[in-house]
Amino acid sequence: MTDNLQLNAEGKLKHFLTIEGLSKSLLTEILDTAESFAGMSEHQVKKVPLLRGKTIVNLFFENSTRTRTTFELAATRLSADVINMNIATSATSKGESLLDTIRNLEAMFVDMFVVRHALSGAAHFIAQQTAPHISVINAGDGQHAHPTQAMLDMFTIRQLKPDFSSLRVAIIGDILHSRVARSEIHALNTLGAAEVRVIAPKTLLPAHVESLGVTVSHNLTEGLKDIDVVMMLRLQKERMSSALLPSESEYFKCFGLTEEKLKIAKPDAIVMHPGPINRGVEIDSKVADGPQSVILKQVSNGVAVRMAVMAMAMQKHGAMQ
Amino acid sequence: MSRIRIDHGRVIDPANNIDRVGPVYIEGGKIVSVIDELPGFKPDTVINAENQVVCPGFIDLSTRLRDMGHSRKATFKSEVIAAAAAGITTLCLQPDTAPVIDTPAVAELIKDLAEKADYPQIYAVGALTQKLEGMELSSMLSLKQAGCIAVGNANQPVKNLLILRRAMEYAASHDLLMMFRPNDFWLSNNGCAHEGVVATRYGLPSTPEAAETIALAQCLELAELTGCRVHFGQLSCKRSVIKIHQAKKYGLKVSADVAIHQLHLTEDDMTPFDSAYHVMPPLRTEADKQYLRKGLSASTLNSICSDHQPHDLDAKLGAFPETEPGMSSMETLLPLMLKLVKEDVITLEQGIACLSANPARVLRLKSGALTPGFSADVCIFDPELDWQVNSENWKSQGINTPFWGQTLKGRVTHTLQAGKIIHRL
Repeated sequence: MTDNLQLNAEGKLKHFLTIEGLSKSLLTEILDTAESFAGMSEHQVKKVPLLRGKTIVNLFFENSTRTRTTFELAATRLSADVINMNIATSATSKGESLLDTIRNLEAMFVDMFVVRHALSGAAHFIAQQTAPHISVINAGDGQHAHPTQAMLDMFTIRQLKPDFSSLRVAIIGDILHSRVARSEIHALNTLGAAEVRVIAPKTLLPAHVESLGVTVSHNLTEGLKDIDVVMMLRLQKERMSSALLPSESEYFKCFGLTEEKLKIAKPDAIVMHPGPINRGVEIDSKVADGPQSVILKQVSNGVAVRMAVMAMAMQKHGAMQ
Repeated sequence: MSRIRIDHGRVIDPANNIDRVGPVYIEGGKIVSVIDELPGFKPDTVINAENQVVCPGFIDLSTRLRDMGHSRKATFKSEVIAAAAAGITTLCLQPDTAPVIDTPAVAELIKDLAEKADYPQIYAVGALTQKLEGMELSSMLSLKQAGCIAVGNANQPVKNLLILRRAMEYAASHDLLMMFRPNDFWLSNNGCAHEGVVATRYGLPSTPEAAETIALAQCLELAELTGCRVHFGQLSCKRSVIKIHQAKKYGLKVSADVAIHQLHLTEDDMTPFDSAYHVMPPLRTEADKQYLRKGLSASTLNSICSDHQPHDLDAKLGAFPETEPGMSSMETLLPLMLKLVKEDVITLEQGIACLSANPARVLRLKSGALTPGFSADVCIFDPELDWQVNSENWKSQGINTPFWGQTLKGRVTHTLQAGKIIHRL
């Protein structure tokens, strides 16, 4: 199903809600634009005036330090004014509805919402309801999508392994609850990866997961064969209390990435993780900090990719001329 | 009392095996004669039903009219007008009102509201357990005496099978029908969509068919053990139809209905995160839809209900999982039934039976037929009339329908209850 909501009449990005339905050329354009921003961090003056005079609201209904910080940094480097709203501890806890929060902020003439919310579809809802001049960037909605995370991961992969068509990628862990996994799968398939493989016990896989365009394995040692990119997912502690897993130690035994298991993948395989890491649960410290790990590279790339997405979404206002 | 003659209509009365053009005579609120001419009859009102179908008024086994604590969503006053416009002359009200229908006092209050609303006939389904909490039995006999036509626990779980067994035994002792929407609370896991391809793609909390079929299988076992009459409501999947078929073949006295939208919509129809499609049980797969249709045509499912659930706008404004489930669906009942006829799923006679004679049998009501002596509950509709679902034509206070803006075929032109014209287009 295509999602025209995020494109304007000329097919340009208006909102960035999900990777699903976006074309390969548009994803490539995001990566190329990010490329042009990537060098900037090393400059003395880390700012461009692209979004000067624009107001961006970071609307976080769910706590997140890292994602919010990179969005804030990205907006600042584009010279936008940024307001951070931590709604998790303010308005909605007073019983204000999502819609009222949006309406109130709209009335303050903002130009963009960066939204994180615990429920799937929240970013879509806001994009549908908000005034037409406002762009919405999804910074993670429930278990649905986290498109900027996926794009920064694609950016990181492309830096190291530019030919997607030859890549076999394994995504390991809690696919069921992961918005990151869904967005990675769509991005990799759109960019033409040779194979996307998910590796997890059945309790952490959604029904008919293969319909997303992946192959499935329940065994890490078998699943890592021929893999070029290993993407680990964070395991939430509450999965144990909801009877999806017996214990962290058993999970680590079966699905934790160790140096030894990593040897099964291709020798030049890279290891990724969207963070924050649970050391000793899904990944061994030696791997997380080891030579094949690109986890910190992902973090640095986060700013450039988010700058690209924000700049492109604001393009409709002539900001990029 | 007025004397009415309905002329030139195609009279379809499945209970009496009638399908031919002819007059219907009504006097003193009762059917006097059907097809057979009464030469001396002097009507004060003549309804010309040429090119229209004249059939028994519809009986809807599952509705919510809100009101009382939920009057921001709808009121009896608003919804009875919608019901009359939909050709519905009798409807069952699920017990999850606010307050819950678990005491004779609330049942009386409902009766009072129903009488004030005047029409159609509203029957309350009493709560099976106190406050619908699934822990302690309600005073079912008192509820029956206060007018409740059946008992049920709406969408709320019964705590365990022992309590369900006791409740069914007690209901059976008082010859009460239990209306049961099978759903295992734990397996359904707070899902808001069918556990399938679409929920996986959108990352929506989902509920598997097994949540329905396991609860259904358990209840079928208890129906045999307790001898309780059970009507299963709003079945949504293939394996439920198979289970009902097997149970009937085995000789259990059970019946089942399907909500009209389940016969037309699937998970694939959900535009991304459109809360108009948020219903419980959720829209399932094409295969499920096809099998529900098959179950209807083979009479495994003998009734179609609207499962009418009007909402205020706010209930549907939000991220999909936090919106409230349910559609406003009485007024689309007839056109969607006619669509099944057009698509050769059922005959017109079967469709009308599913909306009248069959639910009347489930409720053991002396209605749902144009039998002389019966209350003159009549629906007259034009099967070819196109109309648009829009604010001009819509009567329900809830506009939460995914069919909004669409043009549907088939519209009720007159509804009569007890010989009184309660709707005229």
